[in-house]
Amino acid sequence: MLEAFDANLLARLQFAFTVSFHFIFPSFSIGLASYLAVLEALWLWTGRQVYIDLFKYWLKIFALTFGMGVVSGVVMSYQFGTNWSVFADRAGPIIGPLMAYEVLTAFFLEAGFLGVMLFGMNRVGRGLHFIATLAVAVGTFISAFWILSANSWMQTPVGYTINQGGQFVPADWLTVIFNPSFPYRLVHTVFAAYLTTALVVGAVGAWHLLRERARNGASEGARVMFSMAMGMITVVAPLQILAGDQHGLNTLEHQPVKVMAMEGHFKSYDNGAPLVLFGWPDEARAEVLYNVEIPKASSLILKHSLDAPLKGLDSVERKEWPPVAIVFWAFRVMVGLGMLMLALAVFSLWARVRHRLYDWKLLHLFALAMGPAGFVAVIAGWVTTEVGRQPYTVHGLLRTSESASPLQAPAVASSLLAFIVVYFIVFGAGVFYILRLMSHPPHAGEEGPERGQPVRAAGITPAPAVPGSLGSPGGGA
Amino acid sequence: MPAFDLPTLWAFIIAFAIFAYVVMDGFDLGIGILFSRIPTGHERDTAMNTIAPVWDGNETWLVLGGGGLLAAFPLAYGTILSALYAPIVAMLLALIFRGVAFEFRWRDPRHRPYWDIAFSLGSIVAALAQGITLGALLQGIAVENRAYAGGWFDWLTPFSVLVGVSLVCGYALLGSTWLIMKSEGTLQARSYRLAFGLAIGTIIAIALVSAATPFLSDVYWQRWFAWPQVLFTAQVPLLVAIATVVFFASLKRRHHYTPFLMALLMFALSLAGLGISLFPYVVPPKITIWDAAAPTSSLMFMLPGALVMVPIILAYTGYSYWVFRGKTGHEGYH
Repeated sequence: MLEAFDANLLARLQFAFTVSFHFIFPSFSIGLASYLAVLEALWLWTGRQVYIDLFKYWLKIFALTFGMGVVSGVVMSYQFGTNWSVFADRAGPIIGPLMAYEVLTAFFLEAGFLGVMLFGMNRVGRGLHFIATLAVAVGTFISAFWILSANSWMQTPVGYTINQGGQFVPADWLTVIFNPSFPYRLVHTVFAAYLTTALVVGAVGAWHLLRERARNGASEGARVMFSMAMGMITVVAPLQILAGDQHGLNTLEHQPVKVMAMEGHFKSYDNGAPLVLFGWPDEARAEVLYNVEIPKASSLILKHSLDAPLKGLDSVERKEWPPVAIVFWAFRVMVGLGMLMLALAVFSLWARVRHRLYDWKLLHLFALAMGPAGFVAVIAGWVTTEVGRQPYTVHGLLRTSESASPLQAPAVASSLLAFIVVYFIVFGAGVFYILRLMSHPPHAGEEGPERGQPVRAAGITPAPAVPGSLGSPGGGA
Repeated sequence: MPAFDLPTLWAFIIAFAIFAYVVMDGFDLGIGILFSRIPTGHERDTAMNTIAPVWDGNETWLVLGGGGLLAAFPLAYGTILSALYAPIVAMLLALIFRGVAFEFRWRDPRHRPYWDIAFSLGSIVAALAQGITLGALLQGIAVENRAYAGGWFDWLTPFSVLVGVSLVCGYALLGSTWLIMKSEGTLQARSYRLAFGLAIGTIIAIALVSAATPFLSDVYWQRWFAWPQVLFTAQVPLLVAIATVVFFASLKRRHHYTPFLMALLMFALSLAGLGISLFPYVVPPKITIWDAAAPTSSLMFMLPGALVMVPIILAYTGYSYWVFRGKTGHEGYH
């Protein structure tokens, strides 16, 4: 019994680890693909050199990000079978077709046009190249659509019947796809991807503004990318908070226990529930220790009424509780970062109005510090919703403890260790290469990711002199 | 046996996805397998450039194979992958190393030798693991109560290792013939030499696996040798023999395209042979495609997607290959 539990916990840790790592890449590449499409469109429309320079600058970073997203994504598509075979058997008839549509309508589109996007500019001409860029951008969005539909169905399952084998049988596909939490989750996640990308672009712009001001004024590329990123944040950050609020209300309606954990409400409140700002949820004692709270504010946010009653975790059995402290804190990390993003949005708008967007050092330092905030918020939000769904894989219907493959703990422990080691080596190197690309400012006549031979132009690959073996162009034909 | 029905149709669709994966990722894994035999510098860079724009699309067929299996035969997906846990995880990790090497080796010339090793070893391990998976599936998987009921190392047998090594050899053959098609000069000359030895190895491997398979179970024996079926099944080895003759003739005359096409034909025939052995089992010796099939509503829902999208995908994949057609020169893709 103990061993079964251990194997299950290890399988959960492995899934959490691999999906969190994977999610970092698409949350950046969804936004970046759209940004690249915008840059290329602006270049085609205005003919300004700076847009194509920025396009090529970010295209190299996109190539790295996308590659890592692909290989970490292949892992995900097999892990349902390797570690969650019971889930695969039971929920496969619903989750499987949604993922198959993701592959058919999104992955192939992205992969098929990625080659042309990265290496084909001089082979296909500008118009067709732009179509390839658009196809990749649209592909990333379609991919988000299907995978979030599948994920949302696990949160708010509808439109199914259950057959003799215990399998979920789709009864109405439109109901399945557009399940109750899906529209909210889609909007919230896509906004999150746009914000994440804008924060990264903004931080890179800010970095070069800070560095170049120390020399002799910032390059046009740094200014343009900083301005575009701040504009994006100014528009999307407030919208995201609105979308998040709506998503929360939707969760309250369909998964109230998750909201109880997010709010740290162990008790039910008949006459207005307090908003717990901070504290340490202690599940054993069923109370939040050291709590700082605002009376009745939770009822105001969730029910739009100060005195509205709200049920707490005491209204459900303990075996229905998710791990409260994780959900509680992950939610606070996400919301806290969201507030900081809003502050950056307001600050940058203020700087823009005062024509100080490019020379306000404090703004640039703030934007730089916020560079990774999107990734942290995305992972925190993901943890909130996924851990909040526990102890179920399919909410209310299929328990996580009953979903796993019949694997022995040592097998899962070995694979988990292997994934951790490989991911840190490989993706650590990848992040290092991305940061190194970012440390160089975009310059006029920026080179794309094409592989020049025998020697690459200076300025792209910051490593020291190319080793001797590469210096000779080889036999050639 | 029921008439041509939805599960059968889906079995063919998934078989097609697997075939598309094996031949497409086969040649780019093959280049990885051969990487240590290609000198660093210009030749290696060219070999890499021939596949850089297309490898990602090639690997997507693997995701379709996995996703499609989950969608159409969820029981098979769960049982096969949990039974073959170790080789599948090894394959996934190996694919990570080789996948990132495409970008990383250009970004970090100082550590390029290491990423080249990652590319090469990753390709070899991925191919070996795929072959072992196939071999272990062919020899049968213990199933009870809709779940895998065998041990942790059931997959490791002489037969599965034989299939693993065979697939490494076969992929390398695809890779070398792809390079014949896409390169010139010394690299092409080297590829002709490599292809010759690899073809001999592949033919021996096909012969060994084909000879061993009927002895795995009576069912396979009946499939191949029962009268009058044998009239039909005997065509497969006959065609392999013809493909082999054409292959060596074209190699001798230094044809550019024929060797690759003949290698593809050998793979197609091997897959057909596999189909003859397995059908209608998806997890031998117990689970047939009808046992494992998803409910009709799932299969119906995906059908238009597969029938409409796969031709479209093939069309734009073809376009992408066409954009990068011809010999990959030493100037990269400028």
